Amino acid sequence: MSLYASRRGANAMATTLCWVAAVFGLSWLLLILGSLVYEGVRGLSPAVFTEMTPPPGSKGGLLNAIAGSLVMTSIGVAIGTPLGMLAGTYMAEYGRYSKLTMIVRFINDILLSAPSIVIGLFVYEILVHPMGHFSAISGAVALALLVVPVVVRTTEDMLLLVPGSMREAASALGAPRAHVVGKVAYRAAKAGLITGVLLAVARVSGETAPLLFTALNNQFWSSDLTAPMASLPVVIFQFALSPYKDWQQLAWTGALLITVAVLALSIAARALSAGRRNSK
Amino acid sequence: MLSIEPSRRELNGAGDVSDVALEQQASRSDIMDRTRVLARIALVDRVFHQMTRAAAVVVLIILGGVIVSLVHGSWPAMQAYGFGFLTSQAWNPVTENFGAAAAIYGTLVTSIIAMAIAVPVGLGVATFLTELCPYALRRPIGVAIELLAGIPSIIYGIWGLFVLAPFLQSHVQPALISAFGDIPFFSSLFAGPPYGIGVLTAGFILAIMVLPFIASISRDVFETVPPVLKEAAWGIGATTWEVMRYVVVPYTRVGVIGGMMLGLGRALGETMAVTFVIGNAHRISSSLLAPGTTISATIANEFTEAVGDLYTSALIELGLILFVITFFVLALARYMLMRIEQKSA
Repeated sequence: MSLYASRRGANAMATTLCWVAAVFGLSWLLLILGSLVYEGVRGLSPAVFTEMTPPPGSKGGLLNAIAGSLVMTSIGVAIGTPLGMLAGTYMAEYGRYSKLTMIVRFINDILLSAPSIVIGLFVYEILVHPMGHFSAISGAVALALLVVPVVVRTTEDMLLLVPGSMREAASALGAPRAHVVGKVAYRAAKAGLITGVLLAVARVSGETAPLLFTALNNQFWSSDLTAPMASLPVVIFQFALSPYKDWQQLAWTGALLITVAVLALSIAARALSAGRRNSK
Repeated sequence: MLSIEPSRRELNGAGDVSDVALEQQASRSDIMDRTRVLARIALVDRVFHQMTRAAAVVVLIILGGVIVSLVHGSWPAMQAYGFGFLTSQAWNPVTENFGAAAAIYGTLVTSIIAMAIAVPVGLGVATFLTELCPYALRRPIGVAIELLAGIPSIIYGIWGLFVLAPFLQSHVQPALISAFGDIPFFSSLFAGPPYGIGVLTAGFILAIMVLPFIASISRDVFETVPPVLKEAAWGIGATTWEVMRYVVVPYTRVGVIGGMMLGLGRALGETMAVTFVIGNAHRISSSLLAPGTTISATIANEFTEAVGDLYTSALIELGLILFVITFFVLALARYMLMRIEQKSA
């Protein structure tokens, strides 16, 4: 075989394999989404949003789990966002070239993909164990610890995109540094900062592992932050592994709800940052 | 960035808090007022600076806190079992005899299976997206993959339990068992009854889960290659494959490996996707079809039911081991990705 033919052959084979890989990879993902929608929609009814998680064998919904997820995610984001924003601000505005920033950036990147179950163990050690019982607030703290790295990362990235000339202009007018950051840099990076928060919400709203032994679970409605609280992912975990058909159906429906919520948040975040890019 | 219009407005906004306001105040009253306002502004400035600095330090404290608390929590188990904990296969809550070997083995094996599938496929997808895909489809498919990378792992877990495991049990595993039944090494690899759940299934689910992750990072890395380099290769008549093989891959090697390590870090620490389908059996079996366990699955399954300090402590020590492993993998990954960023900058 001539050199030319063998090169062409190798090329044809490699490109075919890439096509096969792409089709193979994408079809699994489509398959997952497909069966999720198929199984989840079957169980979708108003009762899902109005009734509590049922005991095995009876009908019910996911109301307390949905509410619990919302409460803990909100508190987690409310704690984690300011902390992450401030840290990100330091890294981009005050200590852009300092050693501290370099270290924090490295550590933050590791926290960003550290196993979330380890964060759960950490919160168990510092909150649940001393308190003596599981509580919604410790679940929220665990989620907050997962929010922080996401927000730090996006805040720093977005502030770094703000042109230095804008800061210089503000400083030249005599604006103090805090005002330059708050009134110029934050405003210019607003869409990006909101994107970061949305991504953080998307990240934590499906987290199960850190909630398993912090917030635990609760079969009933609870608004007490010092008591165990149900959350959608933990209920899905428990119901899916149960032998009861009703529970398994609810697990599928809950999984569909989470996926829709996460996808909606990510798409919103994407649309926001894309809008920003277009207005350049 | 922003158009000129809003930025000018913002600068005015910043101006009237400080300068304009200051001048008005100065003209209204004496110089004392002015210094007082200046002092206040300086104070606000300093406080804000220190607050942001403190927040940055808190990020370090979080990591330090995680390590310290895990070491503290696993201290009783460390004292009771010493280094034997790492090599012992025992896991008996009744006699309080614990060892991490089975869980570590399961974690490593499932991650290896996952990487063995996800890396070639992920690189294939990335190549497809950067070189082969029709332009109209590049963005939609790329975005879809990025979105899928953000789907919570529990979704993959529930799908694995209800859809993949029964399918493997009834169709794939019996075929594997009979196909490799007579081949020496493989017969023990694919031995035993087809449970559906087990190490192989868990590895496969992990592969599907890290696939979008690896694919999207590799694509980003591939896109850092300057077009001039590729065009030069095409210009001398290289085929698409040769451009990939001799230009793109050598240029991005460090970044691609970093991306894989990041995926590996995810696979090692992944909890929910694995817990559903691994079977939670504390033993090392030569068969990939047998149920096993991983570090994170063990913690997720047993932590809330652990009775006794030693049991809890042993589970926390497992968490510490997991954290140490992933820490090094992730640190290496970040280091490599940092190098490719510097290169492209």
